[in-house]
Amino acid sequence: MIAFVIRRLFQALLVMLVVALIGFTMFRYVGDPVAQMVGQDTSLEDRAKLRQDLGLNDPVPLQFARFIGNTVQGKFGISYRIGRPVDELLADRLPATLELSLLAALFAIVVGVPLGVYTGLYPRRWLSHVFLTVSLIGISLPTFVIGILLILLFGVTLGWLPTFGRGETVDIGLWDTGLLTVSGWQSIIMPAFTLGMFQLALIMRLVRSEMLEVLRTDFVKFARARGLSNRAVHFGHALKNTLVPVITITGLQVGSLIAFAIITETVFQWPGMGLLFLQAIQFVDIPVMSTYLILVAFIFVVINLIVDLLYYVVDPRLRVERSGGGH
Amino acid sequence: MANPLLEVRNLRVEFPTRKGTLVAVDDISLSIAPGEVLGVVGESGAGKSMTGAAIIGLIEPPGRVADGEILLDGRRIDNLSYDEMRKIRGKEIGAIFQDPLTSLNPLYRVSEQLIETITTHMDLTEKQARARALDLLKEVGIPAAEERLDHYPHQFSGGMRQRVVIALALCAEPRLIIADEPTTALDVSIQAQIITLLKRLCREHQTAIMLVTHDMGVIAETADRVAVMYAGRIAEVGPVQDVIKRARHPYTEGLMGAIPTIGGRDDLLTQIDGSMPRLTAIPNGCAFHPRCPKVHFKCHTVRPDLIGDGSHSASCWLMEKQAAQGDSQ
Repeated sequence: MIAFVIRRLFQALLVMLVVALIGFTMFRYVGDPVAQMVGQDTSLEDRAKLRQDLGLNDPVPLQFARFIGNTVQGKFGISYRIGRPVDELLADRLPATLELSLLAALFAIVVGVPLGVYTGLYPRRWLSHVFLTVSLIGISLPTFVIGILLILLFGVTLGWLPTFGRGETVDIGLWDTGLLTVSGWQSIIMPAFTLGMFQLALIMRLVRSEMLEVLRTDFVKFARARGLSNRAVHFGHALKNTLVPVITITGLQVGSLIAFAIITETVFQWPGMGLLFLQAIQFVDIPVMSTYLILVAFIFVVINLIVDLLYYVVDPRLRVERSGGGH
Repeated sequence: MANPLLEVRNLRVEFPTRKGTLVAVDDISLSIAPGEVLGVVGESGAGKSMTGAAIIGLIEPPGRVADGEILLDGRRIDNLSYDEMRKIRGKEIGAIFQDPLTSLNPLYRVSEQLIETITTHMDLTEKQARARALDLLKEVGIPAAEERLDHYPHQFSGGMRQRVVIALALCAEPRLIIADEPTTALDVSIQAQIITLLKRLCREHQTAIMLVTHDMGVIAETADRVAVMYAGRIAEVGPVQDVIKRARHPYTEGLMGAIPTIGGRDDLLTQIDGSMPRLTAIPNGCAFHPRCPKVHFKCHTVRPDLIGDGSHSASCWLMEKQAAQGDSQ
């Protein structure tokens, strides 16, 4: 177990190094950092001095080492566009995005898994057909359409929910949360629903097909033959066996929810990282872009690590060292 | 036979399909006495597993029991609700399936699966159930049972897993066990152990077994009586020695002829030509007639019922002839 965790941590470190190299390359070689930082009328001497001060004349490996050192300490440089340190910008934006995506993911799981179980257990009931049809719409409608329709209905026509922003936020130390105020909750409902809809449909359909599969297995038949209750068979024996693929997909999806909430954030003017990143692209704000890249990679690596550990918790077969061959 | 434990009367199992209704089990009647081992033998698709599934009420939809009655101790159980039937499954009728590698849930410890089954049917505390689980594992011959109790299924070999499956089937002391090909997936050397174990346990617990298999050797060793099935019907039924030594149905004769015996001359092995008809195309008359070496014209049109004396009977028109000859002598 510990060997496994160490091995995985090592792999994660390797991935992060590679991503950092890409981030560094972007930072160093896409355009000239000095030219981006100074005004048109800066003299050549000043430019050379700045270049020297920034260490851009040092050997490349040294620069890379310094880049990594800074990154580990959370120093990501200064945004070309806004002129503030990138870590401050992210600290402002990250809570908004994390709250939105985690709430969306929670919504997708809490609603998607039970619906998947239901449609898997009773594939012929009309309610299952309704769920499946609705989920098909959830998958096929683009996110922005759902968002805009929601805004039209609940924001404009009914006037129940705010159409943009996060509402009031409360600062709790490092974190700027919207989940402690009524207006914060009102504001997050529609974006979270919009963002989670696709994931919900995906999780539901995945759970459903896994359930259908598992219910046909011998051990479920045998569990029935032992006279266990329906509840024990369905939720104890069947559902638990669907979890490994569901955890895999959900993990990946949570990662992409955080990283690519851009569209939803744009539609709802949600002050999150997605919006920051979009603006960074428009203005070729390289420090922000490369930081975003590293951050997203970090999030994916962390989630994957968690997913791998969850496998261990769920499936005892993985706990045996790989010596037996097969399973 | 006085007071059979299980009685199946005119059972018919149907599968509606797009091409029409398939009859997997067609008008089968059989009975099992307390403590008796009934072997049910036949080729794949003869309906033997389906009969077992019908008895424990686990035919997979869209299959259904279309006709007939199943009685346990004289009480009908084929028309019970799912929940009522659930109390019979495991408690009165246990089941053992073919493949021990897939019968156990890979994510639960053996102890968890045993305790869960025990507490479902018996009024025991967790601790008592655990003690009973341990006893059961010892009884089915698992070495170092204390240690093995908390292992996961994948840590057991195939034969050991089948022992665990047997322990699970015995959890609540059922009076009947439906053993559906319990040894087919195992090595030959393990097969004998499992069969011996089953026999011993059932003798000790007075449990009856319906032993479904296609292995005539297993039947000969284990069963008291045997029912030979062909294309959803019973071809022949009787005490096992009678059926083996004096097979009355040409199909049974064919089956016996196809079993090699050690020391016998292997050039004398016979085979039955052709294969069992598909359920979509069961011939008129006797279903076996296209393959029967002793076929005559009546077999093409009229289906024979089981004919014979009290214990040993066969569904073949030859029986009628023999009976007639017996009368004239």
